[in-house]
Amino acid sequence: MWSPADILSLPFADWVNSLVRDWLVPNFRPFFRSMQWPITQVLNGLSAFLNATPMLVFTSALALIAWRTAGRGVALFTLVALSFIDVIGLWPETMTTLAMVVTAVLFCVVIGIPLGIAAARSDIFRAVMRPLLDIMQTIPSFVYLVPIVMLFGVGVVPGIIATIIFALPPIIRLTDLGIRNVRKDLTEAATAFGATPWQMLVEVQFPLALRTVMAGLNQTLMLALSMVVIAALIGAGGLGLTVFTGLGRLDVGNATAGGVGIVLLAIILDRISQAMGEKRTVRGPSLLETIRSLFSLRAARPSEEAERAG
Amino acid sequence: MALSLLSSGKSKDQIYETTGQAVGVHDVTFTVVEGEIFVVMGLSGSGKSTLVRMINGLIKPSAGEILIDGMDVANCSEEDLRNIRREKVAMVFQHFALFPHKTVAENVAFGLKIRGVKQAERRERAQAALEQVGLGARADSYPDELSGGMQQRVGLARGLASEPEILLMDEPFSALDPLIRSDMQQELLELQRSLRKTIVFITHDLNEALTLGNTIAIMRNGAIVQTGSAEEIVGSPADDYVSAFTRDIDRSLVFKADSIARAPGTIDIGSNDLSSAIARMEQVGADAVHVLDGDRLAGVITYQAANAAFRDGMTLESVVSHDFPTASPQARLFDLYPLAGAGLPIALTDETGRLTGVVRPQDVFRQLAGERE
Repeated sequence: MWSPADILSLPFADWVNSLVRDWLVPNFRPFFRSMQWPITQVLNGLSAFLNATPMLVFTSALALIAWRTAGRGVALFTLVALSFIDVIGLWPETMTTLAMVVTAVLFCVVIGIPLGIAAARSDIFRAVMRPLLDIMQTIPSFVYLVPIVMLFGVGVVPGIIATIIFALPPIIRLTDLGIRNVRKDLTEAATAFGATPWQMLVEVQFPLALRTVMAGLNQTLMLALSMVVIAALIGAGGLGLTVFTGLGRLDVGNATAGGVGIVLLAIILDRISQAMGEKRTVRGPSLLETIRSLFSLRAARPSEEAERAG
Repeated sequence: MALSLLSSGKSKDQIYETTGQAVGVHDVTFTVVEGEIFVVMGLSGSGKSTLVRMINGLIKPSAGEILIDGMDVANCSEEDLRNIRREKVAMVFQHFALFPHKTVAENVAFGLKIRGVKQAERRERAQAALEQVGLGARADSYPDELSGGMQQRVGLARGLASEPEILLMDEPFSALDPLIRSDMQQELLELQRSLRKTIVFITHDLNEALTLGNTIAIMRNGAIVQTGSAEEIVGSPADDYVSAFTRDIDRSLVFKADSIARAPGTIDIGSNDLSSAIARMEQVGADAVHVLDGDRLAGVITYQAANAAFRDGMTLESVVSHDFPTASPQARLFDLYPLAGAGLPIALTDETGRLTGVVRPQDVFRQLAGERE
């Protein structure tokens, strides 16, 4: 049977090779290397902070946040899950993973929200953006691990860059969607009172899109967590590395332990970030409020009940 | 493209077929007088909402000009347009368009915040605007905690807070229950009496138009069919379309006493006697005539009583009835019903008590029946 390959064969792989090896890497390597700098700074700071924080302090702080945002059940779960991670001996790995994930999500927010806003504002920008986002979401992450290693080298930061690429689309898409779905009569009212485009964004569009943006943030967070094992392939540490080495040595126990750690972390972060998106006004409890509620926990109960009864 | 077709006399439907462009408003010219309520009335699709959005530039007309104090809104810069929206023209919306994430006070202060007014002053002026619409106590509620009527009061307060000269109201009461709607209409009239804003009010309800409007423009298919006062619209509809609308209107609420008043046929008590009074009545063809005592209205005599008294040889003074109906020239015909029942002509007197005209009972009913003379 005849096929086009009989008369024509394109050396596509060679083209990509020469593009990356002979042009991108020699010419742009310093540029890409310098892009790592802000990520390194944030990661190092966060990692140092999380690893220096005693387990009990961190656990109670996260449980408190969970309690204020998502309620008692999630707080209790947080407490139990983090204690479990500690007793199976994966605390440092979990903190490393958390630092990586939070860093990746932070950069996704910083890059994604402005891009989402721009996409909501301009149909042309959106049309350009869409196929790019489709590619980022569908291309298997193993495919871009190789060029990332060639451009950025091996280590935690290239792992985070791969994570950012993988986790970025939802927050862009949902910021765009959220702003476009703001009721037309509200934006019309804002225009009718003489709002500038910036005032419109800050006063009306973004606050009303916040729920959808938070849903995007939640998705981004989940995608970032799902990348930690793959990022371990190129030298990122943490729970991903535990799973990866377990895999390499056919050590089912360690691989499972790492996997369970990732799942527990994912559930905690998912519940908290979802609850934040659902609130009417996303307002984290201030430190003072948190401390006050901590100490008035016992004292407040009876009076609350009395109020409800009265 | 559509414009050149329009000027060549094609209809809206033909233009939509050939170009895919819909004609919203075409060839509309009107002037709104400062301090009046100008009502634009039309059914859905008549272009009234498009028209009001052109006044503050939310929709740009493809041709023509819109002048506010001499500034052409249709052709000015974004910057000028923003300033007009901030300083001069505020808008109230059909579905309230309150910001759900802001409190009532923040909603009302929105225009001021956009303009850069400081927080404390903003709060104060928002509170004052809320007091005006009777919602001073709800400043810290959120819009979804209020009823529809209250929400539209907030919408009105938001319009008033920036102290604009012009208030555009796009079917503001259409989404409200009938009872609340008529309450709001009365309240708007009440407010207008003290505020004297220039209001462009859009409605699809002719009764609402007649209640509120100093001037009413009726729109159909993107054009104004007739402009005039309530009495002009109901009294002499320009075409069948308008008269079809006005057919079911309660005419007694539209027409005022002076619309059917006649020149008073009076006699002066000092210089006339019974025979000259009878002669006067026969001359003007009236059943009764009012009697003046100098400048003051003294009473009324009927033809019957005058004739009987003349036969009995009595004086003019003895048959003057001091019990006669009077009304203000601004009274609605609705208010004249009970007075017309007495059968005597109704004297119209101004504030100083001077007689300005006379309404014959039969004219009241003729006007209500819609007859032309």
